[in-house]
This record gives sequence, structure tokens and C-alpha cells, in this order.
Amino acid sequence: MKKVRTHQELVALRNSLLENRDPNKPCVRVCISTGCRARGSLDVLQAFRDEVTKQGSGTDVDVKQTGCHGFCERGPVVVIGPKEIFYQGVKPSDVPEVVSKILHNWEVVDRLLYVNPATHQKVLCETEVPFYKMQTRRILANNGRIDPTSILDYIAVGGYQALAKAITAMSGENIIDTVEKSGLRGLGGGGFPTGRKWRSCREAKGNLKFVIGNGDEGDPGAFSDRSLMEANPHSILEGMIIGAYAIGVNQGYLYVRTEYPLALKHLQIAIDQAKECGFLGKGILGSKFDLDIKIIRGGGAFVCGESSALVASIEGKVGEPRAKYIHTVEQGLWNKPTNLNNVKTWACVPLIINNGADWYAKIGTAKCKGTAIFSLVGKVNNTGLIEVPMGTPLKQIIYDIGGGILEDKKFKAVQTGGPSGGCIPEELLDLPVDFDKLTEAGSMMGSGGMIVMDEATCMVDVARYFLDFLQYESCGKCAPCREGVKRMLEIVTNITAGRAKKEDLELLQELAEMVKDFSLCGLGRTSPNTVLSTLKYFRDEYQTHVKDKKCSAGICKDLIEYSILEDKCTGCGACLKLCPQQAIQGEPKNPHTIDPSKCIRCGVCRDACPFEAIMVN
Amino acid sequence: MTENAFEHGEVDKIIESHSHEKSALIAVLQEIENSYGYLPAWTLRQVSEKLEVPLIQVYGVASFYDAFHLTPRGKHLIRVCLGTACYLRGSTRVLEALERELGIKDGETTPDLEFSIQSVRCLGACALAPVTIIDERYFDKMTPTKINSVLKRVQRKNEKS
Repeated sequence: MKKVRTHQELVALRNSLLENRDPNKPCVRVCISTGCRARGSLDVLQAFRDEVTKQGSGTDVDVKQTGCHGFCERGPVVVIGPKEIFYQGVKPSDVPEVVSKILHNWEVVDRLLYVNPATHQKVLCETEVPFYKMQTRRILANNGRIDPTSILDYIAVGGYQALAKAITAMSGENIIDTVEKSGLRGLGGGGFPTGRKWRSCREAKGNLKFVIGNGDEGDPGAFSDRSLMEANPHSILEGMIIGAYAIGVNQGYLYVRTEYPLALKHLQIAIDQAKECGFLGKGILGSKFDLDIKIIRGGGAFVCGESSALVASIEGKVGEPRAKYIHTVEQGLWNKPTNLNNVKTWACVPLIINNGADWYAKIGTAKCKGTAIFSLVGKVNNTGLIEVPMGTPLKQIIYDIGGGILEDKKFKAVQTGGPSGGCIPEELLDLPVDFDKLTEAGSMMGSGGMIVMDEATCMVDVARYFLDFLQYESCGKCAPCREGVKRMLEIVTNITAGRAKKEDLELLQELAEMVKDFSLCGLGRTSPNTVLSTLKYFRDEYQTHVKDKKCSAGICKDLIEYSILEDKCTGCGACLKLCPQQAIQGEPKNPHTIDPSKCIRCGVCRDACPFEAIMVN
Repeated sequence: MTENAFEHGEVDKIIESHSHEKSALIAVLQEIENSYGYLPAWTLRQVSEKLEVPLIQVYGVASFYDAFHLTPRGKHLIRVCLGTACYLRGSTRVLEALERELGIKDGETTPDLEFSIQSVRCLGACALAPVTIIDERYFDKMTPTKINSVLKRVQRKNEKS
């Protein structure tokens, strides 16, 4: 690959790429991101490659690997361009037929099409699937279109044009003004104005400064950073290079979770390619600007998503946050001015430079511009990754895009923001989601996890779950978080075990307020959010646990009992065979019974019963 | 893992490849963990000496991050995701079933060094919830009843190879 030295050379390279590509040639795009890969998409990809050579000349159909399309629920996902035919749940055995039909007048393989559950009609194109139809894809626009391991693919869709524009036609001040005007706020969850952060770092004293891309997405239930890093790593790099140029930085770091091997691999490939093309390294695009970006693999600690802990981790230390009266933009990595942004925030930058601040700010709410990305998961029909304008009502996300609740159960709550967020009840479903509205409701945006909970979810157990997570992940530096969260966990565990006293709820509330006010870092201060929000919106559930010693959702093991409905049990013996405790007795073809003293409430019997005869009281 | 000159040389090589940079401590430990499957005590002492980082700091880092282990682990690593989406869809029941089946607790290794169980907080594969990863293979929508057949599959593959 020849180095690109000027803006003109980049334009010429892109034009030649486009000229050499026939827009009408069939192109099979197979998602190879973690979700689809786990369901066997690599075999599907290989099958397409083999079949195209076998049935055709090998060159009449292109086969391409792409990143995440977002609709992980239906993986492996395959899209066939240019007609954009959307196939879901594709198996290697389907491939010969798909290829043969493409080669024969574009016939469609009906059984692989998505069926709209509302209309029961088959849908041909991705854009007509309700899951995609309601979204506004900006940051994720090229996910699923380009091969994440090919810089040429990125250049073909206009990649690195923003960098060229920034370096040749804009000053650092200009760029920061544009970013500031766009209203871009930190998409890692904090929502701090990006332009203002850049300006502070640019104005900070010192010659040695750093930029960091935060890809340490530790929030359970969130995977938007992973998808973006896997699917479009160059967009993150381009943003970082522009930012580094504007701020005046020559060294960058990308801090990525060790749990994301594919993201790490794709980012490294992207960095190597960008260096080869002259977008990284010395004299970028023929200018005097130098930048190197290095990947740092995380050590698997949630707290390292916090900026000062992340910085400590890059320095090779234990990931402990420090007090924030010293700003990272003034004294960050090795005590030098450091500008840290989430990878999604960085990926917005090329879009803003290319399309202008006004374009970016055109959608969104008064104080939150642009789009938000959520990982829609939990008890919802369409699990996946979505991008919507800031201010989209929760209801629209869960019901129109998410397709409603699994098994038509009743909605109970939606949890956003990971362990720092809270649970939002049904009465607030019309809430337009943005940074400020979510915070007002006692939750937060966080990493963009959106976990839908149904009537079979116990909210006290959810609070216990997050406290358990937080006490394990607390770095231990400050007492309010280290001790406070542990004591809160004890209280909530007692509640779920039916051992709590009436006054425990007040103590829990008091402790939560204390941890919120006095913890050192943002993660500590937001750690009681799940407790506070569930106490506020679902207090009756706590009270049933405390007073009546009952768990109405049937989750808390110490408060439930399994039994067999005599009239439904056929005596098939399925449960009896699988019970790990030999707690089930009964003669074949006669109703069985469970011995509660032996039962460990593992639920295996309920999974096994074909007649829904197992009851939880 | 017994200590011998050859292995000492391996660790030295890793440290050298990071130019004896103190800040590369985590990266060095990650590479040792990759080679040995865990961090034998002697490697911590050697890293401390060669990087000139106090042993207590090396131990601090090694015990702080989840990516590091101070005891040997099994041939097959079973990771059960306890992220929120997996938890809501019943991943603790999967974990408990595994613990019962293998007779060890989360974080432990079977005495024959065949299996280790490790719960993890979100692998970012929420659409597959509840997800379990054995070695590098993902098993989606896991249930306690599937455990037996999945373990057998892993063992069979093991016998073949």
C-alpha cells in the first residue's frame, strides 16, 4: 500500500476504488461479529466463498465479512447487496440455494426472510424490518456494510476524508469550535461537552499531552463499544487522529477490555493499516503532524472504565481512581494533560467534520444533540444494538424497535446505565431518553445498556445483583464505597432471604444516600442508584419481602417453594430423572410430588416439564 | 509448574520485549499468564526483580485484575456470563448446575486439572443470553439441562485430540 500524502491523493484513491467496483454486482455480506460468530457465521462465510467458486466463475458474486448489523437476536445475519435482501438465521446448508438463486435472476429464498410479527408478512430488505426502520443510524451507519479489516473499504465509503479536511483546511481552534457547536457530549455515559474538554486540554500547559480512547466497556448488559470496535475500527481512529491534531497531541492510547478479543484484533489491524497509508505515524497526510496510537489491553476490572483509574492502569498500576479536583485534562497520564473520550464519541468526530456542526445538532433534544446507542437486551423480543435520536421515548424503543416483551409478559421496569444506573418503572415509559432526563429519573445513560425486565423479575433481587457486582468490583480505595456497598448488600441479601426487619429499609436508604454523597469517584457515587431507584419506584416489593416474607416474582429462593400440580402432571417422569437432589417421587403415569426439604429450587424440573405442571409459590 | 532455567529465560524474554519498562507491568503479566495459564509465584518475584518494581506492587496488580490467576487452572476453562441480561435469563442456575456437576465452586478447578469454572460479568454477547464459553467456544441460550451434553461434547473432543 502506497502512503497517501495529500488530500487530493486520498480523493483520487477513493475515486479509483469506486470506479473499480461495479455497484450492480451482487455482494454477500456476512456478519462475523461476536454475536453471529457464536452462532456459526464463520462457517456460513466459508460456505459462501466455496459455493461462489463452485457455482459461478468465482468473480460474479463478491463475498464480504462485515461487523455487527445490530440484530443479534436473528444471527447469523446475511445481507445481499445491492438489493439489500435481508436473510436471518442462515446456516451453511442454506448457502448453495442462496447462491444459486442470486445467480438466477435474483430469486429470493423465502424461508430465510424475516417475518414481521405484527403483520405476519415477510420482509425483503433490512430497511423494512421494524427493528431497523425506526432507527437513525449515524455512528453505526457503516457497521454491516464494510469489511472491518479493510482500510480500502473504509476509504471507499468516504473514510479519512474528514481527517484530510481537518489537516489541510482547518486549524485546531476551528475544529474545536465545530465540535463545540455540534453539541457533542461524551457518549461513554458522563455526557460532558466534548468540545469544552478538548479546549481545556489544548489550553493546558505543557508540550507532552495524550489522547485516550476508552473502550473498556465494563457495564454488564452493554456491548455498543464492542460492536463499534469490531465493525468500524477506522472510524474511531479517524476521530482520535482529528482530536489529537486539534488538541496538539502526538501520542494516543486505546484502552480495550481483555474480554473483547475480536475488537482488539480488528483495532490492531486498523492501526497497522492506517500507519501503512500514512494516516498515523510521522508527517500524517504530508503535514508536520505526527501521531502514534497504541493499544492497551485491560486487565478485567470494571473500575478501569473510570478515567483516572484507566489512566493508572495504563501506567501499569492498580486501577484506583483519584479525587477529581485535579482534572485529567490538566494532569492525567503520567501527570501530563490528557484528553479521554469514549470510542463512540471519537467515532462521531469524523461525521461532524464531514457534515458540519449544524447537521449533527439537527436531531436530538435542546441540550443533547445527535444520536444515542443502546444495547437493547433482557426480556425483550428483539435483542440487539440500536441507534436512535436523543429524546426518543423509552416506549418507542422497547415496543416499536424491541418488539415488546418476551412471551407477551407484562413489562415491569427498564434498567439503563449499568451498575451506575437505576430502574425506570412503567409510569415513566414516555420519558424521552437523553443524558439529563435519565439522570432526573434516577438513572443514567452510562455505556448505553438498556435492560428490559418483565413481571417475572424481582426488583429486590435486581438491586441485590448490582450490589453484588459493585462490592466485587469496588477498588477498595475509599471507605464509603468499599464498606457502604458491602453493608447495603448484606441488608438486601437479608431482605431476599426473608431475614430482614422493618427498620432495615430506612437503614438501607440512609446508607445509600451516604455512599452517594461521600464516595471518591463517579462509579462509587452512582453505585447506590439501583437501590435508590428501586426503593423509590418499587418500595411495595421490598415491603412484601420484609413483612410477608414473599417474593411475588418467584425469584428469591428462600421465599419460594416448588410444587407439582396434580391435575396437570401426567407422571411422565421427565422431572424425576433430572432432579439433582432426588427430591421428586412418584410412580410412572401417576402425579409426582416434590419433597420441599430436599428441594434446592434449581428449577430444572420446571424446565423439563412439558405440561407446565411445576408451580412456584 | 516447576521452576527451571529454561522457564526463567522465557520470562526474561517477555520482560525484555517490553524494554524493561515499569509501566509495562500489566502487559508483562498478561503474557506470562498466557504462557503458563496462571502466574506462578516465582514469576512474580522475577518480574519484581527485573522490572525493579516492589514485589508488593506486582502482587497488588496480579491480585487486583480479574485477568490474572495465582493458582493453576484446568485444561478447559468454563466461563459463565453473569452479566445483567444473562442473569435475568437464568445464568446463575446454569452456574449452579455446573458447580453441582463438576463438584467445584465458581473460581475453582477440578482436582484432575480438567475443568475450571469462572463466572464473568458480561462478555458483551447479550443477544445469546444466557451465554457460557468453554475454551473459546460460545454456547448460547444455556440451561441447566444442557450442561451434561455440553460437557460430554467437550470431553469427547478432548479424547479424540
